[in-house]
Amino acid sequence: MTPSAVLVQLLNGLASASSLFFVAAGLSLIFGVTRIINFAHGSFYMLGLYLAYSLVDRFSAHIGFWPALLLAGPMLGLLGALVEALLLRRVYHAPELLQLLATFALVLVIKDATLWCWGAEDLLGPRAPGLGGAIDLLGRRFPAYDLLLIALGPVLLGLLTLLLRRTRWGTLVRAATQDREMAGALGVNQAWLFTSVFALGTMLAGLGGALQLPREPASLSLDLSSVGDAFVVVVVGGLGSVPGAFLAALLISEVKALCVALGTLHGFGLALPVSKLTLVAEFLVMAVVLVARPWGLMGKAPSSSRHRALEAPLQPSGPGLRASAVVVFLLLASLPWLSAGAPYVTVLAVDLLVAALFAASLHFIMGPAGLHSFGHAAYFGLGAYGAALLVLKAGWPMEAALVAAPLAAALGAMLLGWFAVRLSGVYLAMLTLAFAQIVWGITFQWDGFTGGSNGLTGVWPAAWLADKQVYFLLTLSAAAGGAWGLRRVLFSPFGYAMRAGRDSALRCEAIGINVLRVQWLAFVIAGGVAGIAGGLFAFSKGSISPDVMGVGRSVDALVMVLLGGVQTLSGPLVGAVVFTWLQDTVARSTDYWRALLGGVILLLVLAFPMGMVGFLRDAVWQLRGRPGGGAR
Amino acid sequence: MTALLQVRGLQRRFGGNLAVDGIDFHIDQGELLAMIGPNGAGKSTTFNLLNGQLRADGGTAWLGGRDLIGLRPREIWKQGVGRTFQIAETFASLSVVENVQMALLSAAGRVFDLWRAARDFQREQALGLLRDVGMQGQAERPCSVLAYGDVKRLELAIALANRPRLLLMDEPTAGMASAERHELMVLTRRLVAERGMAVLFTEHSMDVVFAHADRVIVLARGRLIATGRPAEIREHPAVQEAYFGTGLSFEKRRGAPQ
Amino acid sequence: MLRPLHATAVLLALIALPSAQAQVPIKIGEINSYKVQPAFLEPYRKGMDLAVEEINAAGGVNGRKVQLLTRDDNGNPGDAVRAAEELISNERVDVLMGGFLSNIGLALADFAKQKKFFYLASEPLTDKIVWGSGNRYTFRLRPSTYMQTAMLVPEAAKLKKKRWAVVYPNYEYGQSAVNTFRQLLKAAQPEVEFVAEQAPPLGKLDAGSVVQALADAKPDAIFNVLFGADLAKFVREGNTRGLFQGREVVSLLTGEPEYLDPLKDEAPNGWIVTGYPWYGLQTPEHKAFLTAYQGRYKDYPRVGSVVGYTAIKALAAGMIRAKGAETEKLVAAFSGLELMTPFGRASFRVQDHQSTMGAFVGKTRNDNGRGIMVDYRYLDGARFQPSDEDVSRLRPQ
Ligand SMILES: Nc1ncnc2c1ncn2[C@@H]1O[C@H](COP(=O)(O)OP(=O)(O)OP(=O)(O)O)[C@@H](O)[C@H]1O
Ligand SMILES: [Mg+2]
Repeated sequence: MTPSAVLVQLLNGLASASSLFFVAAGLSLIFGVTRIINFAHGSFYMLGLYLAYSLVDRFSAHIGFWPALLLAGPMLGLLGALVEALLLRRVYHAPELLQLLATFALVLVIKDATLWCWGAEDLLGPRAPGLGGAIDLLGRRFPAYDLLLIALGPVLLGLLTLLLRRTRWGTLVRAATQDREMAGALGVNQAWLFTSVFALGTMLAGLGGALQLPREPASLSLDLSSVGDAFVVVVVGGLGSVPGAFLAALLISEVKALCVALGTLHGFGLALPVSKLTLVAEFLVMAVVLVARPWGLMGKAPSSSRHRALEAPLQPSGPGLRASAVVVFLLLASLPWLSAGAPYVTVLAVDLLVAALFAASLHFIMGPAGLHSFGHAAYFGLGAYGAALLVLKAGWPMEAALVAAPLAAALGAMLLGWFAVRLSGVYLAMLTLAFAQIVWGITFQWDGFTGGSNGLTGVWPAAWLADKQVYFLLTLSAAAGGAWGLRRVLFSPFGYAMRAGRDSALRCEAIGINVLRVQWLAFVIAGGVAGIAGGLFAFSKGSISPDVMGVGRSVDALVMVLLGGVQTLSGPLVGAVVFTWLQDTVARSTDYWRALLGGVILLLVLAFPMGMVGFLRDAVWQLRGRPGGGAR
Repeated sequence: MTALLQVRGLQRRFGGNLAVDGIDFHIDQGELLAMIGPNGAGKSTTFNLLNGQLRADGGTAWLGGRDLIGLRPREIWKQGVGRTFQIAETFASLSVVENVQMALLSAAGRVFDLWRAARDFQREQALGLLRDVGMQGQAERPCSVLAYGDVKRLELAIALANRPRLLLMDEPTAGMASAERHELMVLTRRLVAERGMAVLFTEHSMDVVFAHADRVIVLARGRLIATGRPAEIREHPAVQEAYFGTGLSFEKRRGAPQ
Repeated sequence: MLRPLHATAVLLALIALPSAQAQVPIKIGEINSYKVQPAFLEPYRKGMDLAVEEINAAGGVNGRKVQLLTRDDNGNPGDAVRAAEELISNERVDVLMGGFLSNIGLALADFAKQKKFFYLASEPLTDKIVWGSGNRYTFRLRPSTYMQTAMLVPEAAKLKKKRWAVVYPNYEYGQSAVNTFRQLLKAAQPEVEFVAEQAPPLGKLDAGSVVQALADAKPDAIFNVLFGADLAKFVREGNTRGLFQGREVVSLLTGEPEYLDPLKDEAPNGWIVTGYPWYGLQTPEHKAFLTAYQGRYKDYPRVGSVVGYTAIKALAAGMIRAKGAETEKLVAAFSGLELMTPFGRASFRVQDHQSTMGAFVGKTRNDNGRGIMVDYRYLDGARFQPSDEDVSRLRPQ
């Protein structure tokens, strides 16, 4: 590779960095002020691109290409303001992360709405007039439009810096980013501030999308891929830091460009395909940055938020609850006989139970331990792959492999947990995501061992378990046992220590509790239980592929926990059952099932901001008049 | 008689700011030592150095043959040092008695017990500690609904759980009414006597200090500027200057020559 | 205890939605990633519906009407297997069909093997579905990755270019296409050299960097396996940066309307591609299909339409030959089954259950801002297969 080639590749990286920065800057601003983890940000980006396509298509002849293109920005800003004012504003006071659930529902709705409006085919826009060609640069042809993008990134950074430093509004935004309570004390009209920030952030996402019109087609998969990248950039840069986001976008884009430029490295008789690292390059960068700098490149340690929604002390189950648990268990255990005429019921029930156990394991670290994991599918996947590989490659009997599944997952959790517990909040969550993506990437690439993207087939249960009814009983025992075990741990000294560590790490350390070790073990336990779910899943399906540890599954688990209510012990079980069942039923009832599912989740979020079980519990307390009661 | 705690040359800087600037002092067993000084004098920083939450830049703090400097908070706790925080740190989602039980569990080395229920662990002892601080009536309430003064008392009970030799109390009476403050200090005095421990506390209310401390040390801008019995400190010119210099005063300091 | 039991019964009835009484119609259970891959699967669904209507208008199969039940697998194999269970146990379908993504196709094939249930893999391309993971109960309609790549190799060899670069999406489809291409081209033209390889993640091509890296390697020719949005980005960036000037490009699937049409005025000239030039085919069987399709939908067919249409027709033909829809009889009937497709005659091979349906190989041309294929020929899939020994070595017996 010649130096000029490297130089041009670095320029390519700059152009990508600018594109990335537009999306990430908006996300960072929104997070900084509202603390919302906005999954829908990528959907706004995607909408920006689609909208720009249509605007340019219809109006560029009348008002010119650029005005038509740029109009997409303000239109998206308006949409963002509406979403904030009509939807998100209603759930600010819900427990942490519930807003995330609302934005997840928005993703589903926007995706189907886009499909409905613009159709399924990719839409490639026209080239930018005047910038459609290339200029000669170091003996190569370099797109003129990329030069514009390269310039736009720093321009946006400058404008945002001016806005944040030189205006009253900017001062308020900065104050709110540093300390929400302080902003409240400043007498800010908080509602207005939130709406305006959300609108600005969304507008930037929309603009970012619109600016891609001359470079790539509008397609329906842009929402999730762009929001993933944007989150990585925001976290690597340091939450709420706009210059940090710029730096991170630069770093990640240049690393990718260099990976591509290096192609395949030859040495020591080996060929190392560096370009394939682009699969998970951003997550590798993020993992390295977070391990070295727990608050990102330019972030500050967050002022420890004492704003946590209050959780009531645990109450041991009374005779009523215990009796109803036994009744539910017995009812479930007799399901194969009750549903003899409808064998699909047991098939679906196996999936529901696996989902419930998986969600319970996520809740275990998310709720009581207060460690938000966005990559919980990694352990589910490690359990599934561990079991499958032991059967297929090591020739173990299926029963033994199933028992070993949680060990494989727990080992993974032990490795990641050691790094993760040193972080907190969203940084921790994103490190877990990075780990999951890296594990996913390895599984995806390692054809010879894990079957690569195709996965592994022939992972069927032993003969005596082949019957779905019997397998259901096995799953039920494992899921009930797992859930009961987790519950038991929560009532043990260790469970108390987990909650204590979440409530006050300072106090814990001052009474001799090693918080990091408690949290580490919590990771391992949660990972192990997720591994049981993964093993059960593998043998119930007969085949697995890398999507068992993909982001989608991690997000599903989050949704289940939040839907049921993160502050209740049975919430995740109920959330998992409702979500999986809804998905199964809704998917069969209409073509636009995603929008319907999103709509249902939105309604649930608005109706039950404490989660469904949280809502029930509060209702029961109201009736019994027990304001200080416990979490069941 | 050798001192229980012997601090020498303790130092800590934040950037260019010497928050604690080479201070020396000691505490004897059975003593109630007050550390006073204006806001930002370095009191909490000293506490954080002694309990291991902050790393010292220099100095030693010998407690019965062991230097605390360089140890982690939980190791210092094992050495028999309990503490309360300026802003009380308790476990909001546990009940009052569970807060104390948590400390007892830790003292018994049972934190990593995953199976037996924690609920009944040394409940009587926990209730006893709560009785000691006058909180037995609220044992079953969620910690999150307590009045602030009660939270501070609960914190004291937690800190007492492993029978410390030395108790560090950072503004134990902040946020309390005057009568309540004296009550708490009387209680502290009784605990000191019963348990044969020593207490180092900071306090902004001079009333409390002069009424209850055996000895007083005064910090200003990270330096130890005076030490002595309350009566001596009251008349100490450097102390008066330090307080008047900041505009903050010995509140309710009656009879000062001025 | 009566009440809970009663409630449970109602609940079960709700979940289970028991199927209509008599098994009068033949039920085809179809599973696909409709929501994840709508661009390819909407035309596919139209093709299926058209075939079902035609069959039923002509009196059905063996005197029974055909009923198609489709399920969305949400793009993941776990849901696909659950949908298969639901179709079999709840709906009591007679056969399973579908799949687009390779991993889902393989999961369904393995499920079919385990349950000893007939499965026609309509769309998935992976070679494994008939070879490494092939089984008695699984048949595949669409020409495989191997076949379509093999169709391009003779054309690539004719170019007599020495330095080749390859670019492909980083997953099994891309990898196996490139491996096959390398292997076959080396066999046909031993002096070839592969000077650059780029494998961007599917759907996340950094077009600028990749095009630059390929250009810097100064290849004489490029083998491309990118498709969809990646292809559009690649072509536009390549055009801007002059990557394709003075270079030959051989490109898999790019002539399919699904991928060529979205390129619009970027459509490249002179790429050697596999595809489907529906606008130029004059055979009676295609004319009949085209007329029926356009009449029904006021839209032109894509490859997916042909695959969906043919898959249903193939099932019907198999059931007629089997005189029923029982799995074992169907398996026997499908081995060597001859059928007519809009592309011409095809059959299901006895050796590996792969159909011999072929594809068109030709060159792309930008025809006034619209990509079309020219100079194309239909290549019969039967001719682009490894030797029978190789197949029997690959396929578990
Ligand atoms: N974590 C920190 N980082 C930087 N500076 C700090 C930090 N903690 C304390 N300081 C500074 O060190 C000095 C001493 O602070 P400290 O909290 O010890 O004072 P204090 O005597 O406890 O005051 P107060 O009576 O208000 O509690 C102050 O100037 C403070 O700003
Ligand atoms: Mg202080």
